[in-house]
Amino acid sequence: MLKLDNISVTAGSFQLKNVSFNVERGDYFVILGPSGAGKSVLLEAIAGLRKPDSGTIHLRGVDITGERIQKRNISIVYQDADLFPHLSVYENIAYPLKSRKEEGVKDKVLVAAELVGIQDKLHRKPDTLSGGEYQRVSLARSIAADSDIILLDEPLSSIDSKARGDLRALLRRINRKGITVIHVTHDYEEAISVANKIAIMEHGEVVHVDSPEEIFKHPKSEFVAHFIGVKNFLGGSLRSISKSDLKTFTTKGLSIFCLTDAPDGEAFLMIGPDEISIANSRQATSNRNQFIGTIKDIAQARLGCEVTVDIGCDLVVTISSEARKSLNLEIGGETWVSFKASSCKIYRSGDL
Amino acid sequence: MNTLLRNSRTLQLAFTFLGGLLLLFIVAPIAGMYFGTSLHALTDSANNKEVQDSIWLSLWTSMAGTVLFSFLAIPFAYVLARKDFPFKNLVHAIIDIPIIIPHSAAGIAVLGIVSRDSVLGKMADTFGLRFVGHPAGIIVAMAFVSIPFLVNAARDGFSAVPERLEKIALTLGASPVRVFFTVSLPLAWRSILSGFILMWGRGMSEFGAVIIVAYNPQTAPVMIYERFTSYGLQYSLPVAALFVTVCLALFLILRLIKKQVRHVEAR
Repeated sequence: MLKLDNISVTAGSFQLKNVSFNVERGDYFVILGPSGAGKSVLLEAIAGLRKPDSGTIHLRGVDITGERIQKRNISIVYQDADLFPHLSVYENIAYPLKSRKEEGVKDKVLVAAELVGIQDKLHRKPDTLSGGEYQRVSLARSIAADSDIILLDEPLSSIDSKARGDLRALLRRINRKGITVIHVTHDYEEAISVANKIAIMEHGEVVHVDSPEEIFKHPKSEFVAHFIGVKNFLGGSLRSISKSDLKTFTTKGLSIFCLTDAPDGEAFLMIGPDEISIANSRQATSNRNQFIGTIKDIAQARLGCEVTVDIGCDLVVTISSEARKSLNLEIGGETWVSFKASSCKIYRSGDL
Repeated sequence: MNTLLRNSRTLQLAFTFLGGLLLLFIVAPIAGMYFGTSLHALTDSANNKEVQDSIWLSLWTSMAGTVLFSFLAIPFAYVLARKDFPFKNLVHAIIDIPIIIPHSAAGIAVLGIVSRDSVLGKMADTFGLRFVGHPAGIIVAMAFVSIPFLVNAARDGFSAVPERLEKIALTLGASPVRVFFTVSLPLAWRSILSGFILMWGRGMSEFGAVIIVAYNPQTAPVMIYERFTSYGLQYSLPVAALFVTVCLALFLILRLIKKQVRHVEAR
């Protein structure tokens, strides 16, 4: 659907270097990277707000590298201050429809407003909306524009955490309606929550493009490896247990107990290596999860050492060198790992 | 309240006193003008056809100049706000020239281009349009001295409109013309309106440039001057008081409109 080929952009002293990737129709494509990596510059190049020095951009097979902004049919949602302040919510959403002199403006505005859940705020002015409502209106306007692709530039950064969860769910719902989304963020949890494909960006370059699972299981970049939490990243499905506040997460024949309010369904599970304990025998403990496994690897880390234990899938555990010595851990030996149900973080559940 | 003023009673008293003097300096002569005129003389002037005509002439010629020249000033102001080009500072300086040169000299300059001997004057003459001694000339003279106020205010207004909003409007499929009229112009409207008020007010009060291009028909400022030189202070006072009243009333109304615009925008 969208194909970037060797795009280079200069923005002041900043350089975007030879960026190439493909976005398929219906993708939820997340560009993840630290701030200053050039994510926003890349988005603006796609939208036509910046001119690339070299390279080509194709949309549906048509070269749009030099196409005018208003002819691209790619809209953009920023983190804040992107609604027209002098127009009501209704007029904001109707803006793209009126620009194209479409018919049935009122109905189309209502459909978009209902999809994002702001149908009761149509007569409000943007500055009277909460952060979450504001971004919903912004999304509704892009939906009304019927763009081929919606670009999101850190759309959840200026929103409080509760509204953020709701908005993530909304973004996924919008994407499931068939709308292709490219979403820029520096927050890896946000990326895992919404993406079906992730591009990692560092220092003006795209260093890795793959599915979230591959990205976090086999990180090619320092930025990803930097998040200790992404070591134990599992794909599976989440089920409620009757008469219990726990849920089970099943992956590769393994059942892991989780304490979460995430809905049932396909999901990702993440456990921090520092949240897992190792012991030489089964323990009486509040940890709901205990597994026996084989030690596959022991590696020196910056702090302590990282023990990889195969319990059916690989788990990485961070312990102190002191603990390793006193437990006499050796590669090939058997050991028990345990962790709390509340240490399991669930992402992107309830999708299917 | 400011820290300096709050922490020094002497400073606060001194500054307040000096400010009060300044206000008095403006208000006292105008108030004196009203006290120096009897109500009888004022109503007499107000009922005088010549006086009515001159005040009306001042109002409509200035308004016409403001409206006509806004078609040049507003697009130009947008370019100044949005685009960098060589010698931009020089262009800014040129725009401010009418403010700093003596207005009688401005009148002479305008006369030079609109007189019947000039190219423009000859061209206009073939269409039966005359400038010298006609409202058309008054409009040009007024606009010449007051156009900087509109250009500068509109430019500041456009500068304050975030460029990002214009870009977003483009990504939503709007043409640049539509973006200008639906986003840029409405968001700069408050500044443009205040530029309008300033240009209109400055134009209708103009004396120096107008009297050189058109002694007749007489605008109110010219009539006040003529009555003063021909008949003396007492005879010119009622007309002056009347015109000042009209000006003040209009300014009050326009300031209220402006305040309301702000209020509506703030909602």
